[in-house]
Amino acid sequence: MQDETTAKTKLRIRLRPIAFIAVLLVLWEIATRRQLNHLLPGPWGVMGGIADLVRHGLLLKYVVASLFRVTWGFVLAVVLAIPLGLAVGWFRRTEMALNPILQILRPISPLAWIPIAILWFGVGDLAAIFLIFVGCFFPLMLTAINAVRNIPAVYVNAGRNLGLSSAALVYRVLYPAVVPSLLVGLRITLGIAWLVVVAAEMIAVSSGLGFLIVDARNAGNRYDLVLAGMLIIGVIGLLLDMGMRSLEKVKSFRWSYSED
Amino acid sequence: MNSLSKPRKWEPFFWPILASALLLVLWHYSVVWSGTRVFPSPREVVKGIGELARHHVLWRDIVDSLRRVAAGFGTAVILGVPLGLTLGWYPAANQVVNPVMQALRPISPIAWIPVAIIFFGVGDRAAMFLIFLGAFFPIVLACISGVSNVPSVFRRAGRNFGLTPPQLLAKVLLPAALPQILIGLRIALGIAWLVVVAAEMIAVDSGLGYLVIDSRNSGKRYDLVVAAILMIGVIGLALDLAFRRLEKLRSVRWGFRFES
Amino acid sequence: MSLTQPVPVPAAVTTKLSVEHVGMIFERDGKSTHVLNDINLEVDTGEFVCLLGPSGCGKTTLLNAMAGFLSPTSGEIKVNGEVVRKPDPRRIFVFQERGVFPWLTVEGNIGFGLSKLARAERDERIAHYVKMVGLEGFEKTYPQELSGGMKQRLEVARALAVNPDMLLLDEPFGALDSITRLIMRKELLRIWDAERKTIAFVTHDIDEAVQLADRVVVMSARPATIQQIVNIDIAHPRDISSPRYLELRDGIFRQIGLAHKV
Repeated sequence: MQDETTAKTKLRIRLRPIAFIAVLLVLWEIATRRQLNHLLPGPWGVMGGIADLVRHGLLLKYVVASLFRVTWGFVLAVVLAIPLGLAVGWFRRTEMALNPILQILRPISPLAWIPIAILWFGVGDLAAIFLIFVGCFFPLMLTAINAVRNIPAVYVNAGRNLGLSSAALVYRVLYPAVVPSLLVGLRITLGIAWLVVVAAEMIAVSSGLGFLIVDARNAGNRYDLVLAGMLIIGVIGLLLDMGMRSLEKVKSFRWSYSED
Repeated sequence: MNSLSKPRKWEPFFWPILASALLLVLWHYSVVWSGTRVFPSPREVVKGIGELARHHVLWRDIVDSLRRVAAGFGTAVILGVPLGLTLGWYPAANQVVNPVMQALRPISPIAWIPVAIIFFGVGDRAAMFLIFLGAFFPIVLACISGVSNVPSVFRRAGRNFGLTPPQLLAKVLLPAALPQILIGLRIALGIAWLVVVAAEMIAVDSGLGYLVIDSRNSGKRYDLVVAAILMIGVIGLALDLAFRRLEKLRSVRWGFRFES
Repeated sequence: MSLTQPVPVPAAVTTKLSVEHVGMIFERDGKSTHVLNDINLEVDTGEFVCLLGPSGCGKTTLLNAMAGFLSPTSGEIKVNGEVVRKPDPRRIFVFQERGVFPWLTVEGNIGFGLSKLARAERDERIAHYVKMVGLEGFEKTYPQELSGGMKQRLEVARALAVNPDMLLLDEPFGALDSITRLIMRKELLRIWDAERKTIAFVTHDIDEAVQLADRVVVMSARPATIQQIVNIDIAHPRDISSPRYLELRDGIFRQIGLAHKV
């Protein structure tokens, strides 16, 4: 008896967020029908927009284009920034030397680099990848630097005490100790990359989900496609985030708790 | 980390200056050796800053950007903090609303531009809306996690002393969560600064972001482009440092680990 | 009113705590853990009672139930005939020093429960208790600058300031080093002598129990029952090498079944 009621309550709890979303959708639909200029579509209109994109084969094409750029920009940034950041964080004086420069470059929106990107790479994929790279590089460096700085001194001392060579110290103490916080930083930076690619595509290239939004509006006020694009951006961004989180949960990385 | 030798007093000044000087020299000679006629050398950038300042353009643009950030960020704080505190206080409410937030969060504020233009027209208001969007979700999430991370001892002690739920929220949860909330606000301010620059590149015609784009478009003045980019970095850093001072206040100091 | 005159504290309110047939079962993920089993206990006004037992045996659970943070699965806990349903300022729980609020100064913490008083009275009270626990000079200090022992005193001061009928202490000296612990025990007795509240004190340290309590409630391992209630009939200050003390202490050692030689 008790199991039945708890199962039912559990189901009801699971359904609540879905009910909430349903309520929002209904309100949205009502608001759309009552608006004067009939520009913004309701949920049905957006669904129609998505169907449209699928039919013209654009959905897949644009999603792939955006993901392609993100992957390249992000991976390049990871490959360069993480080892560099770990090294800089390890040697105190390099950190002292580079910190002011990093702190000035970090608050600059990647989009502000657009003129330089276009100057060096012209309009197109490379410019977008460069922007994503810039947007990811500094956060990743800072993540790596902080990860190294936060290694408890006990670990390093224990390693030295046991007579580990420098190489072994890096490999057997440094790396395992930094992996958990690196993973969190990677997830957050991937989120940044996804934001940057969309913005970059709205300005500098002619394919991809960001471009879809700009183009749909410019070429005929197709706001159903605009909102469809936004929805897909949100969903894919969420999936990317969830994917990274499951990486954090992998047993062999799980020796420290990741924050939200 | 590699603290085999303690840094001497002059070192925190010496190394950064050395590194920055080296960087400037490198920059200068890259420009000279590559024979570029477009990309500016450090000296040209400095001259560019002077020019902008002399024509009063620089101050006006800085003020415009800061103004928008103030409005957008301020609104995000006023709306986001109470919402975040409430959601952190009632996990049931959070569970309902969370999926919607997680779906909206990965959508770059820039992608909202077409929607923003419909509601606010082209100009200041649209930019402020975008900044609001960029800051809102990080603030709400920081408040939620701040409140839910308050150790249960504090909550129990509060109840023990006879506090009603509203009193508990105001006298225990808010002060206990404040350090984490402040960190979230600081990060959100950094995001706001990124968004304002991006928004100004697309949707308005004043501000530092606009300065970047405009300098290129009207005359390929890359010296002004780089000058504007540097200003963006410096002011962003100044905002971050100013906010960090708040973390030193006596009643929140306990929540931060400061370098001794 | 000068600060040298004692703050008037009302005479001890009759506080009869009765624990009747209390049982506690925790459910988690479908598994139920039987923590307390048919606990019966009566604590009289002004009595100092120790709940003694090995770690994890449920004594903290019992204390939490007495404070009203938990409801017993079976049985009832009553104070003066009234069933305990929720936490109340008349029964203040003293956590280990981590219960101190880090965003308030020493004064702020002690004054925490006193917001309903007039400013003058509140300040007087705070000063009185700062003095009583020996934290003069630290009124404007924040907890992160205090030692463990000082934080513990602060928490006791905060508890006493609201003039509760009962103090419930959960291994309050557990995080302190053994020398500080000895000092704190004396301090607690001194404070208890000045303001005789009913005290329920949880510990796993047999010596601590015998040194402090009027009665020691020896609890078994989980599911906990009361194995024995030992009356400590030695007057304070207790000589810890007196024969009677050793006799009582060894009795409890044997009751718990512990080896006598290390």
